Amino acid sequence: MKDTSMTKNIKISANNIDVYYGDKHAIKDVSVQIEDKTVTAFIGPSGCGKSTFLRCINRMNDTIDIARVTGHIAIDGEDIYDPRVDPVQLRAKVGMVFQKPNPFPKSIYDNVAYGPKIHGLSRNKAELDEIVEKSLRRGALWEEVKDRLHEPGTGLSGGQQQRLCIARAVATEPEVLLMDEPCSALDPIATAQVEELIDELRQSFSVVIVTHSMQQAARVSQKTAFFHLGNMVEYDETDKIFTNPEDPRTESYISGRIG
Amino acid sequence: MTSKSLLTEDKRTKARNAAERRFKSYGVAAIAVAMMALAILLTSVIVKGIGAFSQTYVTIDITLPADRLDKEGNRDPAEMAKTTTIGYASVLRDGLIDTLAAAGIETEVSAKDIGDMISKEASATVRNRVLANPDLIGETVNFNLLADGRIDGFFKGRVTMETASRDQNVSPEQLVLAEQMAEVGIIETRINWAFLSLPDASDQRPEAAGLGVAILGSLYMMIVVLVLALPIAVAASIYLEEFAPKNRWTDIIEVNIANLAAVPSIVYGILGLAIFINFMEFNQSSPLVGGLVLTLMTLPTIIISTRAALKSVPPSIRDAALGVGASKMQSVFHHVLPLAAPGILTGTIIGLAQALGETAPLLLIGMVAFVRDYPQAFSDSAGLFGDPSTALPVQIYNWTQRSDPAFVERAQGAIIVLLVFLLIMNAAAIILRRKFERRW
Ligand SMILES: Nc1ncnc2c1ncn2[C@@H]1O[C@H](COP(=O)(O)OP(=O)(O)OP(=O)(O)O)[C@@H](O)[C@H]1O
Ligand SMILES: [Mg+2]
Repeated sequence: MKDTSMTKNIKISANNIDVYYGDKHAIKDVSVQIEDKTVTAFIGPSGCGKSTFLRCINRMNDTIDIARVTGHIAIDGEDIYDPRVDPVQLRAKVGMVFQKPNPFPKSIYDNVAYGPKIHGLSRNKAELDEIVEKSLRRGALWEEVKDRLHEPGTGLSGGQQQRLCIARAVATEPEVLLMDEPCSALDPIATAQVEELIDELRQSFSVVIVTHSMQQAARVSQKTAFFHLGNMVEYDETDKIFTNPEDPRTESYISGRIG
Repeated sequence: MTSKSLLTEDKRTKARNAAERRFKSYGVAAIAVAMMALAILLTSVIVKGIGAFSQTYVTIDITLPADRLDKEGNRDPAEMAKTTTIGYASVLRDGLIDTLAAAGIETEVSAKDIGDMISKEASATVRNRVLANPDLIGETVNFNLLADGRIDGFFKGRVTMETASRDQNVSPEQLVLAEQMAEVGIIETRINWAFLSLPDASDQRPEAAGLGVAILGSLYMMIVVLVLALPIAVAASIYLEEFAPKNRWTDIIEVNIANLAAVPSIVYGILGLAIFINFMEFNQSSPLVGGLVLTLMTLPTIIISTRAALKSVPPSIRDAALGVGASKMQSVFHHVLPLAAPGILTGTIIGLAQALGETAPLLLIGMVAFVRDYPQAFSDSAGLFGDPSTALPVQIYNWTQRSDPAFVERAQGAIIVLLVFLLIMNAAAIILRRKFERRW
């Protein structure tokens, strides 16, 4: 046990997290250590709090008035709920791809360039062009849109929009990428491309992905967490979760009996 | 059980389709009624008001006698100013009589009545021209002068032989003479753009009354309203919608704004009178005070529509911006505001249109006064927009109060002008809306 945690760095350490939406207790005392340069999958039935927990990690829950988060989350040992932390700075470091594709109603180019622009990641237009191209390539979208970069991003198909959002998220070079069901609107080819991207990102970042596809979780992730009714039931090596889960609830979910 | 054919409608479908057809016809009927009401309104306004845009003029040659207009004989305007408009009126009368004789028109109408066919405004016009150019004295000059309001009314159909026989101000004989003059071209009715530029005129000379002062006053007030209300309302809305915590205080503010929008406009007039005139001692009747009062009145309208526009921007856009690490303010100004702009614009124009047509509060701050001097945008004595002025709706109100039917025609004409302005504003709103929307 000790050995494995020594070999891998802990990137995100969440301890005793509770989230309330008003009176509703959405996340119940969840603790999880997410490793660096690892893909971690969150699985679980709809409404169990996967997105809610994901949103704790980049403090997007701050924007929901009724949401209340307690507990500690540290990234690289720094408490992100410390009053000195500016959530804006945090979100530059922790990128997010949302469950529903939400491109800006601007051009494809501007969608991707927006993050680098506001964070001053490029010194001139040529550099910015380069970032945009690189990001779109990583989002497996470049070939499809390279001739119409200045058309509105909202004019793309649902799956293309989701890949645009992925490109937008990676354009700011985050250290952690949170992906909430990034492939739910994608066809198998684009899904394969995104999974390839996730694998590539793992070389340098830590990726947390929420997915409803067991196969995808098994394919891309090294660690898997199973959520059920706001609890984190089980968190372990992906292989172990899928072949030999400890908890009967995990087993029934994976074999399709609950959820 | 055999399955039903799709080729025949069953009972429920029939009833449902009938209900749908009924509902559609109610809708069409409602629209038809509305369109008809609008058509009747517009036709009546245009028919009654179009006359204000044409005016009857008398063209006469007047010999300007030195002995009557420049008694000292030194062509000094200061000295010549001693001759009043009454002195000029007799000169005009003699000029008209001479012109008639030259045209070979014989008439029984008395010299005084002939003189009365020219507007009382005309003598002032001639006097001003002579004082500005004393060398005209002794010359015979061709003047194009306003005809009296009754004569004007005769050519527009407002005055007839029959009404003239009961009227102290005009006689059927004068009308007969006017017809003769029209035949030889001494009298002519033509387009009168001066209606838009002249100031108001006194009760006795409706033919000289125009909307110049009122249009300027309304324009100044709209500038004040736009410059104050738009930024304040947008700032307030953005704060309330995007930044303010949702608690009891913001709830109270929200309810109050909604209530303010429903406060009768005259209350704003009382407020303006108390604060801006009595307490802050701004000038009465000034566009500044009028604009401030209308700003107060339009603020809630613009705030409500701006907040609605901001609310209608999908939250996922804000999430997207915050998600890539934009600050709240960046997300608002880069993404939310541009998307809300068309809605904000429409709200603002509706607010401005409402302000443009508002009468009651302006009456209370004295804008109903008779004003003949064009207000300056800025003057040393009165400051910014401090000159007394009137406004379009109060000018209309004012004219409908006067006894001479010629003023009713002018009031209707002013309504046309007001409607045209509103139309222009709405068109501007639509064009700007399109422009903003194209930027996705
Ligand atoms: N903004 C919100 N306000 C109130 N309740 C919320 C809000 N967002 C989520 N919830 C509640 O919190 C619980 C967890 O929601 P969450 O979106 O995290 O589920 P999820 O696991 O992501 O589900 P799915 O797989 O369907 O996306 C649900 O019961 C949901 O009703
Ligand atoms: Mg979710």
